[in-house]
Amino acid sequence: MNILRKKSATNLPFSETAIELFIRLCGISSIIFVFGIFFFVFREGAGFLFNGLDLGQFLTSVEWQPTSLNNKRYGAFALIVGTFSVTLLAMCIAVPFGLGAAIFVSEFCSPKLRETFKIVIELLAAIPSVVWGFIGLTLMNQMIIRVFNAPIGLTMLNGSIMLALMSVPIIVSIAEDALKAVPDSYREAAEALGATRWQVVHRVLLPAAKNGLLAAVLLGAARSIGETMAVLMATGHSVNIPSGPLSWIRTLTATIAAELGEVARGDEHYQVLFIIGILLFTITFVVNLIADLVIKGIRQES
Amino acid sequence: MRINSRIDDTIRYLLVVLACGFVMNGCSPQDDTSAAKTEGIQFTIKNKGSDTMVNLAQAWAEKYTGISTTASVEVSGGGSGTGVAALINGTVDIANCSRQIKPKELEQASQNTGKVPQEFIVGYDALAVYVHQDTPLDKIAITQLAEIYGENGTITKWSDLGISHSDCPSDKIIRISRQSNSGTYFYFREALLGTSRDFRIGSLDLHGSKDVVEVVGRTPCAIGYSGMGYATSHVKMLEVAADPDSPYYPPNLENVLAKTYPIARPLYMYSLGEPTGEVKLYLDWILSAEGQAIVEKLGFVPLESKSE
Repeated sequence: MNILRKKSATNLPFSETAIELFIRLCGISSIIFVFGIFFFVFREGAGFLFNGLDLGQFLTSVEWQPTSLNNKRYGAFALIVGTFSVTLLAMCIAVPFGLGAAIFVSEFCSPKLRETFKIVIELLAAIPSVVWGFIGLTLMNQMIIRVFNAPIGLTMLNGSIMLALMSVPIIVSIAEDALKAVPDSYREAAEALGATRWQVVHRVLLPAAKNGLLAAVLLGAARSIGETMAVLMATGHSVNIPSGPLSWIRTLTATIAAELGEVARGDEHYQVLFIIGILLFTITFVVNLIADLVIKGIRQES
Repeated sequence: MRINSRIDDTIRYLLVVLACGFVMNGCSPQDDTSAAKTEGIQFTIKNKGSDTMVNLAQAWAEKYTGISTTASVEVSGGGSGTGVAALINGTVDIANCSRQIKPKELEQASQNTGKVPQEFIVGYDALAVYVHQDTPLDKIAITQLAEIYGENGTITKWSDLGISHSDCPSDKIIRISRQSNSGTYFYFREALLGTSRDFRIGSLDLHGSKDVVEVVGRTPCAIGYSGMGYATSHVKMLEVAADPDSPYYPPNLENVLAKTYPIARPLYMYSLGEPTGEVKLYLDWILSAEGQAIVEKLGFVPLESKSE
């Protein structure tokens, strides 16, 4: 087998070899880009991270005063809490809706309706985040004031709803793929045993597609953590430990977006913003690692 | 995200994205460039900076592009800091700034471009303190504002100001502030708190001058600061005094020119080096009676000598 492949490889025309090389480069490039970006972000922030920044203060203090004239404080705790709380609330909204929609689209609806649904859901994914932010700032702001009788509608809830709407399309399309990937023989076998449609979904499909569904949820969460513009516009952008869904908050990403334009290159404040970038990188890495471990665990179990 | 391979779907997406793009364009004046007249124009003056000044700069640019046959002006906002950063990088001809350029920035610009930025005062802006129109409060002192906005401030409730605010059941003052890339943020902090005290964290930091007034107009509990040109019918501008025993003055033309209104500041434009050619013509026109008339029309205060 090996010899055969080698032989045919040497006989390949030049164009074939060139295309293979190109595809190989494309594959490697994503790794190079990830490391390149990490290197750049790390280099910009490293100086202050290892020399000057009080890491304890950075991770535990709520005092974010980077523009103070004589007492600069870089406490990112409120920003970290803000990012996590808004993402968590967004997932509480998006996961039931996203998985429910995926189950409906893949199992319960007619082929014609399914096509329409998929197009509409993918249209939802095509809306730029700044448009979501704008909707949050104007429409959702008014609605929250009216419905909850809140003094101001630019809140964690507002941001979460925007994030949920943005991550639902991702969750739906990946979860639907996962459900579709379950072999039809499973469904047929279950139905042959007299299972109702709901029993098929609940007892057969969901356990069989567990990995894919988890991946869908985690990718949705990753989208929420990384989202910037919508949360910047919809959450009130206030350094504040939230006491409930109607508190206003500020996220790590929004802080970078709002402040990076104004800082002088190489400045302490500039470097701290890059340290926030490193922190975001770490968070994403940990989330992905957990996802990998969980999926591996599930695999070994079954 | 998965990419649908069907071409007609892709086209549909593009149409939606484009449509959304147009919608957003209509809503954000910063990105709007006045390139209405492109015939016979050889020179584009690039102008960027302060959000406070973006409407003013836009109005100047539109008028001037109509008058001049040889130049057009391209305006964008982003904040005073953003404008100065662009000047340092040499990517704009004129930076708008609602604060004075810092010595460090001046030095950076000279080092980077070999030219020393030249300063022009093009008008004045009075920062109005806004509350919701139903707030039973008409005047406030700088010292009180310092206790509201400053770190370890003692005023957190409307009742601390001696009023009972029936439209604000929580009684808590919601502080509306600006993001730290704005010149307004720094000016207000300095006017209130000097150089030794910081803003208290927990204020809502909004992106633009207009946003502040809009949010205050919808929020009975809120207090905010923004240029007096941004007033709407939903908000009330407070009369301001230096301290509770001094006379209170409303923000208006006369009080700013007489320097009795305590939170007014000059608006600056910076050019790279001594302005020449089209840039000089433009700056001269801004300082002329015609340019200054636009300053007044937009709710800012024109320069004294030219307003008479």
